[in-house]
Amino acid sequence: MRDVAVVGFAQRQMKELDGSPTCLELLVPILGELYQQTGWTKSDIGFWCSGSSDYLAGRSFSFVSAVDAIGTLPPVMESHVEMDAAWALYEAWVKIQTGEVDTAIVYGFGKSSAGILRRILALQLDPYTAQPLWPDTVSLAGIQAREGLEKGLWDEAAMASVVARSMSDAASNEWAIRKGATSPADVLAQSMYADPLRRWDCAPVSDGASGMVLAAGDRALEACERPAWITGFEHRIEPIALNARSLVTSTSTASAGAASGTAGVDLAELHAPFSHQELILRSSLGLGDDVRINPSGGALTANPMFSAGVNRIGEAAKQIWAGTSDKALAHATSGPALQQNLVITLDSQKGN
Amino acid sequence: MAPTTESRVLHAPMKVEFDYTRSLGSVLSQFMSALKQHSVLGGVLADGRVVVPPPEFDPVTHLAITELVPVSDHGTVQSWSWVPEPVSQQPLDKPFAFAQVLLDGSDAPMLHAVDVDAPADISTGMRVRVRWAEETIGSIRDIACFEPAGDSETSGSASMDFGPPEVTGMISPVNLAYDYAASPEETKFFRGLSEGKLFGQRCPVCEKVYIPPRGACPVDGVPTAEEIELPDRGTLTTYCVVNVPFKGQTIPIPYVSAYVLLDGADIAFLHLILDIDAADVRMGMRVEAVWKPREEWTTSLDNIRYFRPTGEPDAEYDTYKHHL
Amino acid sequence: MAKIPAAVIGVGQTKYQALRADVSMAGLLREAVDRALLDAGVTFDDIDAVVVGKAPDLFEGVMMPELYLADALGASGKPLLRVHTAGSVGGSTAIVAASLVQAGIHERVLTVAFEKQSESNAMWALSIPVPFIMPVHAGAGGYFAPHVRSYIRRSGAPLHIGAMVAAKDRQNALKNPYAHLHNEGTTVESVLASTMLWDPIRFDETCPSSDGACAMVIASETAVEKSGITNPAWIHATQMRSEPTTAAERDQVNPQAGRDASAALWKQAGITNPIEEIDCAEVYVPFSWFEPMWLENLGFAAPGDGWKLTEAGETAIGGKIPFNMSGGVLSSNPIGASGMIRFAEAALQVMGEAGEHQVDGARKALGHAYGGGSQFFSMWVVGADKPAH
Repeated sequence: MRDVAVVGFAQRQMKELDGSPTCLELLVPILGELYQQTGWTKSDIGFWCSGSSDYLAGRSFSFVSAVDAIGTLPPVMESHVEMDAAWALYEAWVKIQTGEVDTAIVYGFGKSSAGILRRILALQLDPYTAQPLWPDTVSLAGIQAREGLEKGLWDEAAMASVVARSMSDAASNEWAIRKGATSPADVLAQSMYADPLRRWDCAPVSDGASGMVLAAGDRALEACERPAWITGFEHRIEPIALNARSLVTSTSTASAGAASGTAGVDLAELHAPFSHQELILRSSLGLGDDVRINPSGGALTANPMFSAGVNRIGEAAKQIWAGTSDKALAHATSGPALQQNLVITLDSQKGN
Repeated sequence: MAPTTESRVLHAPMKVEFDYTRSLGSVLSQFMSALKQHSVLGGVLADGRVVVPPPEFDPVTHLAITELVPVSDHGTVQSWSWVPEPVSQQPLDKPFAFAQVLLDGSDAPMLHAVDVDAPADISTGMRVRVRWAEETIGSIRDIACFEPAGDSETSGSASMDFGPPEVTGMISPVNLAYDYAASPEETKFFRGLSEGKLFGQRCPVCEKVYIPPRGACPVDGVPTAEEIELPDRGTLTTYCVVNVPFKGQTIPIPYVSAYVLLDGADIAFLHLILDIDAADVRMGMRVEAVWKPREEWTTSLDNIRYFRPTGEPDAEYDTYKHHL
Repeated sequence: MAKIPAAVIGVGQTKYQALRADVSMAGLLREAVDRALLDAGVTFDDIDAVVVGKAPDLFEGVMMPELYLADALGASGKPLLRVHTAGSVGGSTAIVAASLVQAGIHERVLTVAFEKQSESNAMWALSIPVPFIMPVHAGAGGYFAPHVRSYIRRSGAPLHIGAMVAAKDRQNALKNPYAHLHNEGTTVESVLASTMLWDPIRFDETCPSSDGACAMVIASETAVEKSGITNPAWIHATQMRSEPTTAAERDQVNPQAGRDASAALWKQAGITNPIEEIDCAEVYVPFSWFEPMWLENLGFAAPGDGWKLTEAGETAIGGKIPFNMSGGVLSSNPIGASGMIRFAEAALQVMGEAGEHQVDGARKALGHAYGGGSQFFSMWVVGADKPAH
């Protein structure tokens, strides 16, 4: 495998973007920041890959106008996944591994506030036997949360402490939407919303975009003093049906984590749009109490669809760059109730 | 469409609505046909477990599921979540619970709604039974929802002969409503239209004039900026005659859909050509806008009803060939 | 770093038709997937990862349908990717799958692309009115017809060229049991007599709307050896390029992204004279006139001269550069799969398994797809011989 590192990251997150679902307004300055961070221009970039969704925007080919942000004449080598940009990053990493290119920019974007997100996401379900009931995202997560609560795998206090820690840590994250010093008691004082979930147990609907730069070997060192070297990059999927998999463990996360190698990780950014899902992820990855979890505040404090996953990777990379982590793990999820999961490990040292 | 003008950018409601026609294949046809007859079938997996709704393929052997067996329409709640604010088209339009219900005779729970009035009225382990829809058509919604069963006895179709499946397809109405918003650059353009003006913008890097203006110049990746008012006449670069009807079409056929390059612009946009027989339309033809009456103007490109020939001599091919 | 040689070892296709009323979406995909696995002599257990491609989700009304399809595709517990690059998606999906093998990440990757267009209506899905914009847009035909007119003006091509392409592709389709349209007796005259839909494009010069899926198994050099497959289609080169839908003075007839992609492709494949070195090509031609346009764009002919190859019969089976021996997109068009079908048909040619539409002695073939407003291009060269470079 080639040594490839994350060398640039920029993001925008907001409650509601008062602008076009193409998100060009966000992508143009994000690309500008990436060029500034790396000292590169468009011509330094060998490959481009984005993640977004037509159903979020409400129209076919919604990703097409986003390529305008790059400026694609002369043409570029470019691809797109209908997935969170964390998987676009995976495609870019694979492209670099083939040796065809040495650098890539990945971006994701989405305006979740354009429709009723929890209803739109019901369109992901089995179109014959589940989608016609329009089971919303929150309900599916609630069923998952209750199963763990009633089996004694976690309790309300544990969920509340996840929320409290996330919101408190997010106080210093300029892009977080729901934030501020919060105690578990503050959380438990909130009334139930979608029993067993309180509103703060559920990620806020968020708009946003982000971009990330990958580079191999010497190109990485050229762009970044302390690159975040990718030492493991794995993803797995499970059946979509809630009755065809364990809801209270995440076998796909566990297997992606094991393949990536979690030993020695001192920090983890986990993409958990619901508080109890962080508990599932931590236990599936076998992360000890000494591992710092979501210093950014995580998805509970801002969850822009199609970029929230890659944001976890960006937040972890920032900690490596800053020297505040030597080995970090980041995770992204997709699909209802943690159906599909991706794990990446980042290291201050090349291939260990 | 009732655009508001209060916000920074223009907004308008946008609907995405279609009744999808789904074919079912063998397993789902049998399942849906049985529902129509008030019976629930489970699929028998290779390991002997009975799963409702039946998967089409075995999760372990990957072979097609071939055996379906009737299960009870009574079952037990295994987990649930309260739905305080139902969204459109959910099984109930008042607060209810979504639950995983393990039907008697099956080994994996199915997801459906349970009609209770409050979270206190449902619990894991509670017995529930199917409430059938008034009219059953062969759809998962033939099960209107589940309801508390109290002590009522398990019923169900222990052995029924369903014969060949009569339901082989289903209709899935997908109705989504979005708030569409224009970009700031487009907003300037559309607001200009409401005053009968055509505003383009120049890219600060390549200096090309774009109309409509762009959130990013597609060559340079920076927003177009300097505003340029353009005349409402120009050259038709190329066109087609649309003679095919389709759902959602709003203009009667046949009509000429053409690229119009306004004088002073560096990019053409699509519009309608009328006041000329389609057979007489030509590349290079000079055209001008025909506006709606002023009182009908909105922030939309259809303030210009269409373009018509000006009667000027056609533009030379060399003057527009690089716009093709 | 050298790429690991990779090859197609199995191909599977469904019968393409307007409405596959007998199967669900999962059933449709499995028909192609099961055939590809059988062809490759492998089972789901041998597959390391799955790459799925399809065009807009609005076609079937399922958001990210690969999530629901994962289990039926045997992907549970494995990596699954979903590519969407507009009409070029079938090609780019195959390229992503190939990259996973060439990068040394996986030994065997299953890739599948599909569309079940009968679930909705592609014209509707592509023409949903956007607020504030003039609703003159009329599906893909309405989009491409003005550019076809530009090509005719620019090249001076005689007006029957489009009909020649359509007649040739429909005749080829009669030799392909999977093709959607089996229109016996299609001739240049009958095409010219068909209804004008988007003038200058006639009904018989357009593609059908199809249900269908196409799958391939791509294997590493080592896995090819283990497979016992003796006639794999070795992947010699892959390329993708994108450009904007609209830009000031953008060439929409002979787009730079296509020219750049093919130039890079030929270089990567060690080809200096494409028309002499490529034995046949499956090229994305959804409207007949795109054959001469792409002949030029791909470098098989000089700008303005593509139609002369068509007119001389050089793109028919037995000609200098046969195009769309399978009948092409003009005869089968499950949109999201159409690109992969081109890639797979190119593979079948060099495997010598193209049946009645086999080009004798084909050893190097091109598979090509494009999408959006002639702006996204994906292409590959496959060969009967392991790449030397």
